[in-house]
Amino acid sequence: MEEVFLRAVYFGTPLLLATLGALLGERAGVVNLGVEGMMALSALAAFAVAQGSGNLLLASLAAAAVGAGLGLFHALVTVTLRANAFVAGLALAMAGVGAAGLLGKRYEGLPLFLTAREEVFALASVALSVLLYLLLYKTRPGLYLRSVGENPKAVDLFGGSVAGLRYLALGLGGGLIGLAGADLSLAYRPSWADGLTAGLGWVAVALVIFVGWHPLRAVLGAWFFGLLFFLQFRLQGSVPIPPEAFAAMPYALVILVLALSGRGRAPKALGVPYERER
Amino acid sequence: MRLEKDPNPSPLKQALALLLGLLLALFLLWPVLLVYGLGPDQALGALLDTLREPLGRAEVLRRSIPLLLIGSGLALAFRTGFFNIGAEGQLLLGAVGAGAVALFLPPGPWTLPLMFLLGGALGAAWAFLAAWLRAQRGVNEILSTLMLNYLAQYLVLYLVSGPWKGETARGFLYTDPFPPWAQLPTLGSSLVHWPTLLLGVVLALGLQVLLFRTPLGFELRVLGGNPLAARYLGLKEWRLLFALALLSGGLSGMAGVGEVAGIHHRLMEPAQISLGYGFTAVIVAWLARGHPALVLFTAPLMGVVLAAGDGLKLAYSVPFRVVDVVAGLILLALVVADRLSGYRWRK
Repeated sequence: MEEVFLRAVYFGTPLLLATLGALLGERAGVVNLGVEGMMALSALAAFAVAQGSGNLLLASLAAAAVGAGLGLFHALVTVTLRANAFVAGLALAMAGVGAAGLLGKRYEGLPLFLTAREEVFALASVALSVLLYLLLYKTRPGLYLRSVGENPKAVDLFGGSVAGLRYLALGLGGGLIGLAGADLSLAYRPSWADGLTAGLGWVAVALVIFVGWHPLRAVLGAWFFGLLFFLQFRLQGSVPIPPEAFAAMPYALVILVLALSGRGRAPKALGVPYERER
Repeated sequence: MRLEKDPNPSPLKQALALLLGLLLALFLLWPVLLVYGLGPDQALGALLDTLREPLGRAEVLRRSIPLLLIGSGLALAFRTGFFNIGAEGQLLLGAVGAGAVALFLPPGPWTLPLMFLLGGALGAAWAFLAAWLRAQRGVNEILSTLMLNYLAQYLVLYLVSGPWKGETARGFLYTDPFPPWAQLPTLGSSLVHWPTLLLGVVLALGLQVLLFRTPLGFELRVLGGNPLAARYLGLKEWRLLFALALLSGGLSGMAGVGEVAGIHHRLMEPAQISLGYGFTAVIVAWLARGHPALVLFTAPLMGVVLAAGDGLKLAYSVPFRVVDVVAGLILLALVVADRLSGYRWRK
């Protein structure tokens, strides 16, 4: 029983980190569908740095930096240029997964001599959830951040910078997504392979809706999905159900979960570029 | 000098902005290609070779067929605010429908038409599911269609490795080859299955007429242009949504039928059937700016990109992922260019 819980937590950890990252951006009003691509590129960055330097902390920081950079790029396109965030995110996901596959070809199949411990990432992810909760609900910048997702005009009137807050949210969120990538290639499956992210980024985007844009509920949501991934892994072969059905289960569950959670408590200005009236 | 909004950008400026966006995309592509020791000249060379050689041109045409079918349906769907990005899965369901008819129904002159019918219907059903989820449960169709892509992949994988696995396939994940009466004719020795090409051209023009010359088309344009007005006029939003889903899903399904009946002649691993057409068609549709007929030009354009990608793969062993990168960057360039052209400098 205890082992099942631990595995569920470990399987859910990259998902939790990615969910927190996407959640932060959405709280500020910007949808980020690029998570899958950002995760893939940062996982590759982590693996490459770990291979080169043997320093896991440095590798994790590199992944976070790559994630943050891509998050800021998404902000440039969606906040400054006010491009459609859905299309831009989709493009980022495609280009990111593709570029990671291309750039990472020479790292495929290489061993990692020093692997990170899964419990480090698990503990860090929970701590980050609590920190994010405190930031969003107990501090003034957090209040501004949430308001920018609900009513950017009000923030503008109060002298807050809508663009600045959104850049901040997407940059920090990108860093969290980068850590999710680091967890994948350093601890979860200590290796690099094309397709390492396997749709986890998309599951994270759906989880944000499932957990109602709340960082503490994200912990439970991610662990619940971690449990499902673990059960899928554990039950394969021991029950007369084809392995493809098990592999497809998370995606079917995402649809089910979305259908059950409905429209819910989405930030009111989500997906609407802000334009100041003259 | 300051930046201000340009409510009516000229076509020339839009084209210039697009060019600027594409340059940005190429700039981002550069470091990726450099890893494979490829300079811009080699990449350009692969592109020109594709256009120069007859074999290359046939490849462009072959790659354009599914893009044409999927793209015209998506152009309609995007214009009307149904962001179907599940063409990949809908195409696979089409291939499954074609396989069912080809492998298990008695032969006859009806085989090929029935393959297109069942394949189209299954593709439409796959998209309908997403439309139903949005209408009934408020589920964002980008996420649901994306998840349905994965489900379709595993369904095909299950079929070719389990119940439909061919007697002659040995270790491979294949069904038995389709019988001759379930195979589409091709132009000469090329892989251009012309009946599907013809179908694509006719349907793209047909959708254009539907959109601009029929009452349903009018309702769709109102819904896409101003959802609030549509509600005010009492248009049944969910009915239009279902029509869109059935049309775009059905066309993607038929694209899948064309691929297996015209080229592979069997059901096989999902990645080898779809080759990313579903995502590339998003760009085809986006470029066409809501005019299904314009897909007649934009589909071959992306067909060239895909065929040139094949060229790079063969000549310099660049993995197939290069197409993902190019597609993603072009899409990014498009949205950026679209925004840039909406501004002008004022002294």
